[in-house]
Amino acid sequence: MNASAPVARKLKVATTSLAGCFGCHMSILDIDERLFTLLEKVEFDRSPITDIKEVGDCDLGIIEGGLCNAENVEVLREFRRRCKVLVALGACAINGGLPAQRNTLSLPLLLQEVYRSEPGAEHGLIPNDPELPLPLNKVHPLHEVVHIDFFIPGCPPSADAIWAVLTGLLAGEERPLGHGLIRFD
Amino acid sequence: MSAPATFTLDGRAIAFAEGQTILQAAVAAGAYIPHLCFHPDFKPHGSCKVCTVTVGGRHAASCTTRATAGAVVESDTPAINAERRALVQMLFVEGNHFCPSCEKSGDCKLQATAYDLGMVSPHFDHFYPDRPVDASHPELLLDFNRCILCSLCVRASRDVDGKNAFALAWRGIRTRLIVNSRTGKLADTNVTAADKAAHVCPVGVILPKRRGFATPLGRRVFDLKPISAMADASAAVALAEAGEPRRDRQSDGRLP
Ligand code: SF4
Ligand code: SF4
Ligand code: FES
Repeated sequence: MNASAPVARKLKVATTSLAGCFGCHMSILDIDERLFTLLEKVEFDRSPITDIKEVGDCDLGIIEGGLCNAENVEVLREFRRRCKVLVALGACAINGGLPAQRNTLSLPLLLQEVYRSEPGAEHGLIPNDPELPLPLNKVHPLHEVVHIDFFIPGCPPSADAIWAVLTGLLAGEERPLGHGLIRFD
Repeated sequence: MSAPATFTLDGRAIAFAEGQTILQAAVAAGAYIPHLCFHPDFKPHGSCKVCTVTVGGRHAASCTTRATAGAVVESDTPAINAERRALVQMLFVEGNHFCPSCEKSGDCKLQATAYDLGMVSPHFDHFYPDRPVDASHPELLLDFNRCILCSLCVRASRDVDGKNAFALAWRGIRTRLIVNSRTGKLADTNVTAADKAAHVCPVGVILPKRRGFATPLGRRVFDLKPISAMADASAAVALAEAGEPRRDRQSDGRLP
């Protein structure tokens, strides 16, 4: 090694939660002290961990949650544009999960039920502030809108499953999740 | 006495009795071929095609193909497993499979088969069909969202219970499970929780009421052992479900 040897660039990683509950992000934190090992190799860009709001050019994007409104779709498309590799993290990102259980009900019916039949913050009116993103007719998983490179199933995926995929990707390999790590529940 | 006739399954010699199909002989020999609509206690139905193998290089459903002496059967190959994975993915998107809220999770053959085939995503677009549940029966819940149309409940109710309470109606993509009663409700049949039909569903459609999550997730049959490592997965699930809640069960479903 001489002094001019290039220092390995840290990989840039962005994460976000769309129509999710942040449970998958809790599982990311659950990798515990291994986070320190990870931080030697990566730096976080946009993520609830850094509170950076805009995604920059990244090597890896990790997305929790499916798509339930127009803003979710916009953020997903932005992640796809900016990230070389995109990972769908958790049940909701992969099949819509709990939010998708509204998919067999009509949206007007749902809005009526939630905002009109109970007195609430909006005093019985359906919120229509132009700043609010419009809900989609149905909740969709990520792969139905953009190409997804890797999937980590689970509700939430275990820290060990996340660790296995991340360390694999950092080593430049796709490591299949074996029995015990591949879980849908 | 002459040696029993054999065929080879991925190079392993499997003995069979006259009239047995390839899958029947394999299950009896403790060899795993993925399958969903087959159950050792029932006549094969041959509808899911997850048990597809090649026999002498040609594709065939192993549950309905007679074993023949000297046949060369291939099953556990990357190409065949990729085809099986696609079939299983289609089953997932055709129904509504939200495993985290399904009482069958961990004891489900569809899910366990998906795990074993390394299915990490459904790949296809979801149908999100509208299939209302039938909670009319005092002891049993029917959640049609998870039905894979294997017909095991149909066969069990007709051939074992003698009640003919279930049927597959319509054809093709519109095929669905119906209940044979005037109202179409399970409460208006004479089905009871003791029926064989109440215990054969490989997925989470026909469920006993008031037993929700007695066994925690993570302690269930296929959490402890992959389905491919089980000689008879249907029997392991039946044993576990008939027993106590599995807070401390071992990987073969027995209590320590
Ligand atoms: S039936 Fe099986 S695959 Fe479907 S939701 Fe239940 S556990 Fe999951
Ligand atoms: S209810 Fe269960 S046993 Fe009956 S056809 Fe559907 S999946 Fe098969
Ligand atoms: S198990 Fe053979 S077709 Fe279903």
